[in-house]
Amino acid sequence: MPPLSRWYIKLAILYFIGAMIVGLLQAALHLSYLSPAYVHMLVVGWVTQMIFGVAYWMFPKFSPEKPRGDSPIAIATFILLNAGLLLRIIAEPLRAARPDVAPGWLLVVAGAAQALAGIGFALNTWPRVKVR
Amino acid sequence: MPRVAAWFVRASLCHLVGGFVLGALLLASKGMALPAGIWALRSVHIEMLLVGWVIQLVLGVAIWIFPRFVLRQRPRRSEVTAWLAFALLNLGVVLVCLGDTTAAAGRLTELAAAASFAIHLWGRVSPAGLSEM
Repeated sequence: MPPLSRWYIKLAILYFIGAMIVGLLQAALHLSYLSPAYVHMLVVGWVTQMIFGVAYWMFPKFSPEKPRGDSPIAIATFILLNAGLLLRIIAEPLRAARPDVAPGWLLVVAGAAQALAGIGFALNTWPRVKVR
Repeated sequence: MPRVAAWFVRASLCHLVGGFVLGALLLASKGMALPAGIWALRSVHIEMLLVGWVIQLVLGVAIWIFPRFVLRQRPRRSEVTAWLAFALLNLGVVLVCLGDTTAAAGRLTELAAAASFAIHLWGRVSPAGLSEM
């Protein structure tokens, strides 16, 4: 398994556990503003990140020289996905609870980073989807 | 991978990009002034990512990697049901995304896609050589 896939999958597992903890806090303490963070830790941090990691590892090779496509794009995708998600799960509840502490542009940056990650993954994966 | 599986995966990548861009706009609207009507797209964001991205990718990968012995026995039926599932699933997503008036028709189309996919895959869920599809 390539190192980038190992990073993806290990972080996905951590997000899975983290989401369960946030879900517990949300339910036990009735913190409704944690709901978007909880949902996105599960669907982006756990499910999507696991898919990205396994697809990067298992999809057909791009070429013998570059089996997993363009490495800089793949690494940038990993960083953007996780930086954007982490920023979101910190800034969004913080802005809901204390708008004076968390400026709105943090959410704009978080969203843009994750959107770019989605584009990066699609760009790097598309050429590996080969018909035989 | 088979052509139909490649179409499933490519379509899922398109939904991933569209769903993530919509999600970015929705998140940005919590931090900056964007038209309030943008929240009408929340259901589109969810539909594209849940059905268009995750479910569609799962279907495509399943068609790619499941045992293929039975496909040699009934190649035409297998191909038709897989392509039908692809067409119906994506039509269903579009209909659901168009709004309340077409949402029920979209869900019905997605149900038909699920049935078609089930017919395609059912016989492949077995050790090669033991299936009576």
